[in-house]
This record gives sequence, C-alpha cells and structure tokens, in this order.
Amino acid sequence: MADYRKMWEDLGMDVDTHDQLCEVLPQAFGDVYLSQENRPESMDYYNFVVAEIHGVRPAELIEHQKKGGKVFGTFCVYVPDEIVFAADAIATGLCGGSQFWVPGGEKVLPTNTCPLIKASVGARLDRTCPFFRIADMYVGETTCDGKKKAWEILAEDVPVHVMDLPQMKREKDVCSWADEIRTFKKVVEDFTGNEITAEKLAASIHMINNKRKALERLYAFRKNDKLPISGKDVLLISQIAFYDDPTRFAEMTNKLCDELEQRVADGISVFPEGTKRIMLTGTPLAIPNWKIHNLVETSGGAVVCEEMCTGTRYFERLVDETKTTVDEQIDALAERYMGINCACFTPNHGRIDDIIRLAKEYKVDGVIDVNLKFCSLYDVEGYTVERELQKAGIPVLGIETDYVDSDAQQLRTRISAFIEMLGA
Amino acid sequence: MDYIGIDIGSTAAKVVARGDHEMEFALPTGWSSKETANIIKERLAGDGIDVTGDGAKVVATGYGRIAVEYADYVITEITCHARGGREMGSDDCAVIDVGGQDTKVILISHGVVQDFLMNDKCSAGTGKFLEIMANRLGVDLHELFDMAEGGETLSISSLCTVFAESEVINYIGEGRRREDIAAGVVDSVAAKVAQLAMRKNLPDQIILTGGLSDSRYFAKILSEKIGKTISPTDRGRYAGALGASLLAEEKTKRAAAKL
Repeated sequence: MADYRKMWEDLGMDVDTHDQLCEVLPQAFGDVYLSQENRPESMDYYNFVVAEIHGVRPAELIEHQKKGGKVFGTFCVYVPDEIVFAADAIATGLCGGSQFWVPGGEKVLPTNTCPLIKASVGARLDRTCPFFRIADMYVGETTCDGKKKAWEILAEDVPVHVMDLPQMKREKDVCSWADEIRTFKKVVEDFTGNEITAEKLAASIHMINNKRKALERLYAFRKNDKLPISGKDVLLISQIAFYDDPTRFAEMTNKLCDELEQRVADGISVFPEGTKRIMLTGTPLAIPNWKIHNLVETSGGAVVCEEMCTGTRYFERLVDETKTTVDEQIDALAERYMGINCACFTPNHGRIDDIIRLAKEYKVDGVIDVNLKFCSLYDVEGYTVERELQKAGIPVLGIETDYVDSDAQQLRTRISAFIEMLGA
Repeated sequence: MDYIGIDIGSTAAKVVARGDHEMEFALPTGWSSKETANIIKERLAGDGIDVTGDGAKVVATGYGRIAVEYADYVITEITCHARGGREMGSDDCAVIDVGGQDTKVILISHGVVQDFLMNDKCSAGTGKFLEIMANRLGVDLHELFDMAEGGETLSISSLCTVFAESEVINYIGEGRRREDIAAGVVDSVAAKVAQLAMRKNLPDQIILTGGLSDSRYFAKILSEKIGKTISPTDRGRYAGALGASLLAEEKTKRAAAKL
C-alpha cells in the first residue's frame, strides 16, 4: 500500500492500531485470493482496490469533501443510494467484516450482538477505519434490534439519520417506505444544501441501475456449467460494489464480463469437472469476510450464487426509469427497495421463493444457509429455509459462525461432509 | 489387498483392517495426531501390513485425518460413520455418534447420507462433558454409568459444561449421593443429545456409535428422551474406522473399474 499515514492522521485515526490491520490484510488476501489459479486478468482492478482499500477510495472521498461535497455512510441494502448521489453527495457502505474491530464494539455492546454490528461500532469508536472517519453522516435503518440501539450509541459521536423500514409488505407499508424516502430526501437536501431535482434523480437512478446491470451480467456467468470465475472473486466484487465509485465500478465490471464472455467461448473453467455447485443464503458477508467461500472452494465446491445482501439482494430488479416527477421517482424507488426480501419482514414467503428460484437458475447441487452468530432473524428463518428447500428436494446445510477463524476446521468438516454427501 | 480405515478422534484413534489381514485396535490419540499416525503405521507393519505399499489402501478420517500422511484418501467422519453405521444398522437408519468433542446425528436413506447435524461448538452433550464430570466424581466413564444406574436423577440444568460442573460441585458440597449426581450427569448429556437429534425426522432404526455406543444404560436413557428405541452397538466405537475401511475398498475398486 502507498503511504497514506498523513491522510489517516488528518482523519484523527488511531494510526498505530490501524497499522496492525494493514499488516494482516495483505497476508489474508494473498492466502485466499492470490493463491487461486487461472483467475481472470481483469481481477487486477479489484486486487488493486483491496490492496489500497484504506487509501485510494478514502482519498477520493476526501477530495470530494474538499470541493464542498458530502459523504453518507450506509449499512443496509434498503437505503437508496440514488437520493444521496442526486444531491451531488457520495454514499459509501460502512459494514465491518473483520474480527479486528469486534473487541472495540464489545466495549459498549453486549457480547451477544452480531459481529457485523460490533465490528461497525468498533471501527467507529476505535478510530481504525478511514471510511468511518470520513462519512459526514451515517444513515441507519430499523432492520434489527441490535442496529436500532447501535445507532443511538453512534449518534453520540457522529450525525445519524435513521430510516424507519416497515416490517411487513402490505401496500400501506410500501407507501410508508416512500414517505421515509421523502423524509430522507429532505434530510440530504438540507445537509448538502443541494436540491434534488427530477433530472438529477433520474440521472442517479440510471447510474445505480447500471451498476445493478453490471452485477447481474457478472452473476449470469455463474449459471454456466463451466464457471469462468470463482465464487470468491465474485464475492469480492460484490463487496467492493458497496464503496467504489458506481460509474467506474460498472465500467470495470463490464470489462471483466467481456473477458468472461471470451472465457465461456473458449470453454475455460476455473474448477475441475465434478465440482459441486453451492449457493449460500443468509446473512451478509462484509469485506473482508471470505471465510465460507474459501472453505467451500478448497473443499471440492464452487459458490455459484449468494442469496445475501452481498449478493442477489443488492442488485436484482431495477428501479423504473420511465418516471418524470420526483414524487413518481420516489414511488418507483420504494417499489424496488421494498421488493428486497430480508428476514426482518414478516411473513417473508418472498425470500423462500427467491431461494428456490435462484437454486434452479444457478443449477445448484446444494445450499448452505449461513447465519452470523446472534442474528436471531435469519437464525429463526433458517428453520423455514431448510424445510422448504428439503421439500423442493434441494440438499441444505445450516451453519452458524462469526468473524473468528477458530471454528474454521470444524466448519471445514461439515462443509466437506456436505459436499461428500452431494457426490454420493 | 488390505483396506485400512483409520479414525483419529479427539480422544481415541481407531483402526480397522479388512482384506488379507483382519484386525481392529484402538489407542489414545495423545497430544499429536501425527505421532499417533506413525504409531499406527508401525503397529500395522508389525502385523505385516505396509501402509505405504501397493498392497494396502488407506482412508483416514476423524479430526486428525489430515495428519495421516500415508492415507490414499481423506474422508470426513460424517461419511465414514455413515458407511460404518450402515454396516452395523441398515441402509435406512439414523446414526447417533457421541464423540469426545462433538456429537453427530446422521440420517441414512437408501444407503447414502441424506442429512446430518453436528454439535461441535459446545462440549455439553458430548463425551467431553461426561469425562469432566467423571473426573470430578473421581471415577472412570464405565464406573460413572454403573453408578448412574443405581441413582436417583438429580437435575443439572445448566446448558454449559463449565457451569454444570459448578452445579455438580454444589451437589458434592451438599453431601448428595454420588450415584444420584452420576445419574444427573448422564441424564443431562442424554437430554442434550436428544435435543439435537429431535431436530430431524428420525427413522425407526436408530443406532448408537462412538465411545458410548456399548452402554446399554445410556442407550436406554436416550431412548426415553427421544421416544424411539436407540440400539447400542458393541463395536460402535469402530464405526468410523470400519466405514473408512469399507470406503477404501469401494474407492479402490471404483478407480480400478474406470481404468
């Protein structure tokens, strides 16, 4: 990584502690990613983004702020980036995916809080992540109890706006989410001093749709019998999508897709024949959480789809681009976002339908339902997920884990046994 | 040809040889799986089996499976236990394996693994729990079961081994009968194993394998908790190694048929 020490110091970071993270990340990335054979050349871009993860993009965000622009930090795929970009501001994902930040979160949160929340709070309070320092305002949502209370703690340290996400999907709930988006628009306009016009919103809707299309195109390659790219690599791209510049990200991802098209034409596969096709469902895998993908793909499996926030929930379905007034555009946004199926909704048949549909589209041999420890919503829903998959004749393995590596061997035994079971 | 199954568990290593030589033996795993693998290699050599030669095919399983450098195949304990359990039970049965550090429930349908569950995060509900409690009561595992049979079950309510041990210490402090405490300990493990097993639709035939597999008393208590007959097995601790040996034979023959 280039020298960003000065920038980090200016951000008020605890640079010495942060150095420890900078030391371990390249090793982990090398072990999990660079050890793979026959990777697409266009992965170089994403390798670079990760290598400079706390440098290049933060520097761009600071540059944007110097020109008077604002940066909004978000934690959830329900928060509409379109609103932020329409006000000439930048939205960036802030979810923490490393054990490194967890002890910091545990200073103020109960131990039995999900690691994603603990890591996010720890990254902010311990001042060990530039993105958490840069964001001028955090945008929270009411997707779970842990997060709701965590916003209150974070709000003592940084401006926080919380969006009230409905818990059901009746028509009035979609209307209520549209109202929440209207409130959010006002907050963003006031905070940035920029008006969100229909023209600007149309442009940002178009831009974010392009990002979704690029990801959709990328995922489609995983429906091939011969897989031109590993699941690990696609996961990395999904994770980077949350904080990269959307236009550049779409461009680079489309460039990668061009290469993958050629690979498909040439019959190139990054996995040997007979590799079992696995879909992961469940809680998100925030960067740098690559644990399950790595275990699956070094145990005779290939991850071909993620029914996760870092996966299909992020990009499936586009926002209707034909609307011409801000009001209609916001309704279209609400429509699209309320179509995401998260376990925080009840009832949640839509998610089961998604899982079964994706399992067929991606021709999976088996599903691994992954639950981040202490996420009771996905944990409880896991019962229904497993039962419905079994009814559909699709083998499923439920696992629960967090960010520590200490359970890796136990998980490997289960995952290997599951893959052996699929091969019988 | 000899087909060797080696199951290196957390507590004991089990070996089954089939083919030109027929034998089985077990030894404590000790602190190093690698060392144990070497001891097994020498012991087999003493009986005329050269594990590195063409005359033997080795499948290694168990948590120490990767330490067996001379293995021809490495297969997880789920698949091996299922194969061994199928031999001891039938093509359609469930295997409950209470091991030293984990407990497995494996459903076998038409001779193949259909589903499985593992408790490997918590020592309550595994052999480790019994080992710790037996230790606390100053007896070995067999004595613990014998004592439990003559006891009135004392309730041990804690879900955690460490806290459950405190409960046992309290009972000892209160001067309760050792038999009653022992009965409470066995009951507590059986309840946790039953809780795990009952998450699945269990078939009519259920067999017990692993270190506790020959305990009729444990099988009886477990049967009561689950509400179905759990059959103890005399050689159940060898289920994994037997399965590994059978898989060594099947894999070798399948590979030969492909040539």
